[in-house]
Amino acid sequence: MIHYLFKRLLMLIPLMVGITLITFTVVHLAPGEPVEMQMAMNPKVGKEARERLRKFYGLDRPLQEQYFTWVGRLARLDLGRSFSTDNRPVRDKITERLPITLSLNIIALVLEFGLAVPIGILAATHRDTLLDKGITVFVFVGFAVPTFWLALLLMYLFGVKLNWLPISGLHTLGSDSYGSIRYIGDMARHLCMPILVASFGSLAGLSRYMRSSMLNVIGQDYITTARAKGLSERVVIYKHALRNALLPLITQAGLAIPGLIGGSVIFETIYAIPGMGQLFYQAVMSRDYPVVMGIVIIGALLTLIGNLVADICYAVADPRIREGRGVQ
Amino acid sequence: MIGRHSYIRAVFWPRLAHNRFAVAGAVVVLLMLAVALLAPLIVRFSPNEINAWAVLEPPSLKHWFGTDDLGRDVFSRVIFGTRISLLVGFVAAGIAVLIGTILGLVSGFYGGWIDNILMRIVDIMFCFPTFFLILAVITFLRPSIWYIMIVIGLTGWMGVARLVRAETLSIREMDYIMAARCIGCSDRRIIFRHILPNAVSPALVAATLGIAGAILTESALSFLGIGVQPPTSSWGNILTSGKDYLEFAWWLSLFPGLAILVTVLAYNLLGEGIRDALDPRVKR
Repeated sequence: MIHYLFKRLLMLIPLMVGITLITFTVVHLAPGEPVEMQMAMNPKVGKEARERLRKFYGLDRPLQEQYFTWVGRLARLDLGRSFSTDNRPVRDKITERLPITLSLNIIALVLEFGLAVPIGILAATHRDTLLDKGITVFVFVGFAVPTFWLALLLMYLFGVKLNWLPISGLHTLGSDSYGSIRYIGDMARHLCMPILVASFGSLAGLSRYMRSSMLNVIGQDYITTARAKGLSERVVIYKHALRNALLPLITQAGLAIPGLIGGSVIFETIYAIPGMGQLFYQAVMSRDYPVVMGIVIIGALLTLIGNLVADICYAVADPRIREGRGVQ
Repeated sequence: MIGRHSYIRAVFWPRLAHNRFAVAGAVVVLLMLAVALLAPLIVRFSPNEINAWAVLEPPSLKHWFGTDDLGRDVFSRVIFGTRISLLVGFVAAGIAVLIGTILGLVSGFYGGWIDNILMRIVDIMFCFPTFFLILAVITFLRPSIWYIMIVIGLTGWMGVARLVRAETLSIREMDYIMAARCIGCSDRRIIFRHILPNAVSPALVAATLGIAGAILTESALSFLGIGVQPPTSSWGNILTSGKDYLEFAWWLSLFPGLAILVTVLAYNLLGEGIRDALDPRVKR
């Protein structure tokens, strides 16, 4: 296990180098003199900000020198200062918004798995019945629904027509004076739609994955054995098959992270939730380069950490991986 | 062993035609292409024609999908939006499949350190929340439909590369490749004449599904106001005004969203159908 862990951690180094290289390239995308060209076309950023950007990225120095000073600063988590009028460090701006986005996405991920696993099992155990076909149709439609459109429809239905749920923000105005239970209830009502939309994004894919994983396991010999010795179908499916069918889903959880983080831009903007996604959107719209680059890097690092955690969980759950024997 | 053309005629088409979902997808795909090509003949109003006397009118016989906040005919705008969406879909998926196929072929054929480096690049690219990367690039350049297509393409090739690589790895070991080597074919000839035609099926499936994905991404970008810029209509930016007038004009939100849903669904169904028809393990 320690050997596996060590190998897995070592693999992070080239990935991190690659991530910084690509992000660094993005800064230099604009043709010719990067800052000059862009700012000339973009009146939103003044002369003073231009000067700051020059200094921050050291754009008058050679490329490799620029890269190493930038990475050095990055290692100390110094992401520079925002271009916006408040001029605050990017790190502070991100850290105050990160918890909201993270907790929203974790709740969404849990909800997604809580729904996808039973749906997948149902489809697999009722293969080729009307139920399975119905689930397949749902999955395909789910794949094709644009999340922001779903968000609009839910807003219209629950917010405008039925008036059941608030359509934006985290709290009702004046909720500070509420008691703690009422305060949390108020927040939960605000979060209903955003979480639903966030988890819907990959629900369809995940249920389909669960279905095929389950079908794969059910087809194996040890399941036939379990059935042959007279175990009830319930025990066969939920005790013998389910454990192995769940294994590949751990990796899927890791892979779902970039989608969730990317999706937060959409639902946080629509529902006016003050998280990292909304910050990112605002930064993009106001050409706040340091914030944009900071969030891209943080997003990539979160994905990296998520994948690492998923891989470690997999190794804990499956001895074949940690012993280095591979699956099958 | 049967030849490629007779295989397509004898196995692939019948299998595809047997799959009801795939046929439905194909019909919609063709219909959408026709709509995009014939857009000016279909609509009665110009998509950019402003009419101050018909602002935010609900759907009627005159304006099938109603009118928007400037009195423009939403039906016309949705029809013309088809052009943008399909263009973005085709070009972006084309770029992704081209890069992915070439890198996959090279990676699988040469193996060794080339393979190692290329696959690590794939791992790295998979780490970025793609949507963030696209938004960041668009910030540094400026919102333009061409940049969007290129960036969606550049961030979407990794899956194709992995699939084509896996296919190439198994084809590489076959006897006919050895035979081609023996008669002195160059690497380039082996890769493009002998391996590519046999490794093309995952690329074809990825292209079809990629079009669907690119259409979704473009609509999300346009919805956020970073994609196709007004007055050019796209399904995404009609939905932006749909959000602004959500309380008064549901038709602004409903119809463009349905257009996205139906188109993406059709490409996905067709793509899955092609995959099943090409997969010898799937029985009819």
